[in-house]
Amino acid sequence: MRRASLPLWLTSAALYVFLYAPIVVVIVYSFNAARHGGPWRGFTWRWYATLLDNQDKLLAARNTLVLGGASTAVSTLLGTGLGYGLSRYDFPGKRLFSFLMYIPVVIPDIVMAVAMLMFYSLVRQWLGLFELGMTTMVLAHVTFQIPFVAIVVRSRMVGMDPAIEEAAHDLGASSLQTFLHVTLPMILPAVVAGGMLAFTLSLDDFVVSFFTTGPGASTLPILIYASVKRGITPDINALSSLIILISVIGTVLPMFLQRSPKPRGES
Amino acid sequence: MSATTTDPPADRAEPRRSLAGAPLAIEVEGLTRRFADYTALDAVDVTIREGEFFSLLGPSGCGKTTLLRIIGGLDHADAGVVRIGGQDVRGIPAHKRPVNTVFQSYALFPHLSVRDNVAFGLRMKRVPEPDRGRRVERALELVQIGALAGRKPAQLSGGQKQRVALARALVNEPKVLLLDEPLGALDLKLRKELQVELLSLQRRLGITFVFVTHDQEEALVMSDRVAVMRAGTIEQLGEVHQLYERPRNRFVGQFLGSVNLLEGTVQASSPEELALASPVGTLRAVRRPGDPGATGKLTLAIRPEKVRLLPDFGKGENRFECLVEQVIYTGNASHYHLRCGQQRLTAEAMNDAPAVRGLQPGQRVAVELPPASLIVLED
Amino acid sequence: MAPAQRTIEVRFGEQLTRGGQIARSAFTSGPAIAWVTVLLLLPMVGILVTSVLSRGPYGEIAPVLTTDNYKRLLGFGLLGFDPQYPIIIARSLLLAAGTTVVCLLAGFPLAFFISSLPGRAKQVALTLVVIPFWTNLLIRTYAWQLLLGPDGWLAEAASALGLVDEGSPLYPGTFAVYLGMLCAYLPFLVLPLYTSVEKIDWAIAEAASDLGADGPRVFLHAILPQVMPGMVAGMILVFIPATGQFVIPDLLGGAKTVMLGNAIQQQYGASRDWPFGAAITLVGMVVVLGGLLVQQRVARKSGQPAGEGML
Repeated sequence: MRRASLPLWLTSAALYVFLYAPIVVVIVYSFNAARHGGPWRGFTWRWYATLLDNQDKLLAARNTLVLGGASTAVSTLLGTGLGYGLSRYDFPGKRLFSFLMYIPVVIPDIVMAVAMLMFYSLVRQWLGLFELGMTTMVLAHVTFQIPFVAIVVRSRMVGMDPAIEEAAHDLGASSLQTFLHVTLPMILPAVVAGGMLAFTLSLDDFVVSFFTTGPGASTLPILIYASVKRGITPDINALSSLIILISVIGTVLPMFLQRSPKPRGES
Repeated sequence: MSATTTDPPADRAEPRRSLAGAPLAIEVEGLTRRFADYTALDAVDVTIREGEFFSLLGPSGCGKTTLLRIIGGLDHADAGVVRIGGQDVRGIPAHKRPVNTVFQSYALFPHLSVRDNVAFGLRMKRVPEPDRGRRVERALELVQIGALAGRKPAQLSGGQKQRVALARALVNEPKVLLLDEPLGALDLKLRKELQVELLSLQRRLGITFVFVTHDQEEALVMSDRVAVMRAGTIEQLGEVHQLYERPRNRFVGQFLGSVNLLEGTVQASSPEELALASPVGTLRAVRRPGDPGATGKLTLAIRPEKVRLLPDFGKGENRFECLVEQVIYTGNASHYHLRCGQQRLTAEAMNDAPAVRGLQPGQRVAVELPPASLIVLED
Repeated sequence: MAPAQRTIEVRFGEQLTRGGQIARSAFTSGPAIAWVTVLLLLPMVGILVTSVLSRGPYGEIAPVLTTDNYKRLLGFGLLGFDPQYPIIIARSLLLAAGTTVVCLLAGFPLAFFISSLPGRAKQVALTLVVIPFWTNLLIRTYAWQLLLGPDGWLAEAASALGLVDEGSPLYPGTFAVYLGMLCAYLPFLVLPLYTSVEKIDWAIAEAASDLGADGPRVFLHAILPQVMPGMVAGMILVFIPATGQFVIPDLLGGAKTVMLGNAIQQQYGASRDWPFGAAITLVGMVVVLGGLLVQQRVARKSGQPAGEGML
């Protein structure tokens, strides 16, 4: 494409500024010594320090991590299976199910949240299980994580030279041996990338968690929302800045992992 | 249409080597493979003898790779039988078949070293050490990549990857080695080197090779027998010189080297010869057993190197005069593009032949088509 | 004679019967499909069912079939015509549409810009778009409160320009909501749009202008058709979630900007009217399925596999 003109440069620069303005402002204000937000009053690390004492926040942080870890573990397993299965095998109704699996990707959070709520109340009525709390949140998170993991794994599978698996069979490997010794090592980076994606999605989630949470199961986003509703305080900015940092790392790392080169023939 | 094996013509020198009478390594009967919108293989029959270097030759899409893959168990057939060493292999999955494949894209395992790649098959079959290590080392030596044993595929050149793929397949001591255009991606010089190496390897090991290629020269250099394929069927199968000297139809004639085509109507015929009314006059051609019937419209073919250019007209049959349109010099020989009335011909002659010394475009030359060199084509 | 060979297929070197493939699918894809079906798809059916039930006296769901909920959505409430909910639905759809338009206006320049950069810079520019995309939406949204608040830089700038009164915030309000939506959804549109822009064959545009077409015409006839798949994919990724957006109107909007999302939250929270909430949710679901079907249609036309993510 031809080189961009000056107006295009300026517009794009402005848009980038626009996209990053909220992130920058939160980080900047987290160092603001002013007590109740408001204009700049000097640089301080104080708000970060207070975070460590705050029981609520620590509990919420712990919940968030446990939630993220548990849901990622389950969704990575299931999502990898889905991605692998869809790329390799055919079954009646495959087209339909592939379409349906895409729904959690585009669905508005709130529709998913309501659906989860409905599921839980039904189960509670008949089986008495699923009082809202950590378990209900984990199950809900897994539900929207699965398709993302599946998409990442599947695209890696599709990009693989089919001759490699054929070669494995040709050389005497059974299906299980082929999977363990050839396929799995080759898709491992994608599986890990998918897992990291799932983890980030879980950390970021607010709406679904909000609807499916219970007493003592607050997560950081829920905490932040409650605080913001009462009025933004600087320690929330500090907390948010930390979360931003983790998100950035979580975004950039998988990209490095997914750079595993595809085996290429010379042609 | 099933393939026919033609007998070696009596006027030829000793064939490359004769494996007639060897046990059959592979038998294919009535093999059919259909895809959604076309038929890749149409009731193909072929037998491949043990110890043979057999090539499947044809243009893209002719079905040669499909046939190879079905033999290897990497694809299924819709109808027909495949027997390997006399045993029907239908229902036997690829990993249980006594054949190994060398893929066009090499398909080396990127996460394993060269040595581990080569050892893979033995590991899967649980061949214990020290046996395994010994065989791996031997295989590496066989293809001369011992020095690269610790490298990963990404660090290898095309030719090196090729050798690893070969070693990886051969280490399993298969009954048959299937090669799917293994030299296709290499440059010319490397290709020619490896052709010779592969041939000597095959002779040494005595393993049956089934080799797929679209390069007719490659097939001619290496093979004992070749099956020329087109659109899912075998057009002609036979020893290399048979295919070259006696192609059955235009396609085979034009695929292996080049041919001049002379179309005409049969004027007279007897069991040993026929007379064709062609654009350059009446031509007499020698008929051979197995030739198509001599009536009506017919096409004769003759290889450029068999077209004789004469210093003077003189007397003789199948002689006529042509105009030299172009002379293309190719080192030891030259190609002469001739126009003889309505007919165009290409002749090839060595540059030291007296008849062609100083022959220039625009000059006229006497041309003779020896009756024994004219090939009767089926279409 | 021989058993029917047709039942055996070889894929990727494996020999499988039809039944074998189904078994393998069940083992690999099965758990995930079962999970999503049970936890999401079936409940979505449940929502449909609930939406035609009634609310009992204590806020539970009463098994009495009724179309009252839908009537209310269309404006025919218990006490005569009440346009509250039709307005909410219309407002949400309008907001989603408006957001989509604004994202398109901003997304095109950005996509073209990134496409015009040389190799390395391109990756960097792309990553820079992706990073905010993965940063918590809640945080980015409330940050706008900081930016638009009475002491914020933007508000001060705006009042200096005379656009607003001294000391008044730029939020809550429609303007703030749009800013928040644009910020949230721009990456959703830029990324798929960019993949299409990257593949543009500029020779066609050059040929068009060669033949005398002016700028806008070149864009309309030579460029637009080529970016259609990515553009539509992006538009759907914006429109569908935007319809049900809850957090942004909640934090940046006011009483005047109650959207579908807020309404749903109300019914499941304070008002405890699950059937009615379900009816509202259903509107959201219809938008989701509609959007996905449109995407399928467009993807099929341009020969790309549907259901493949843009990640």
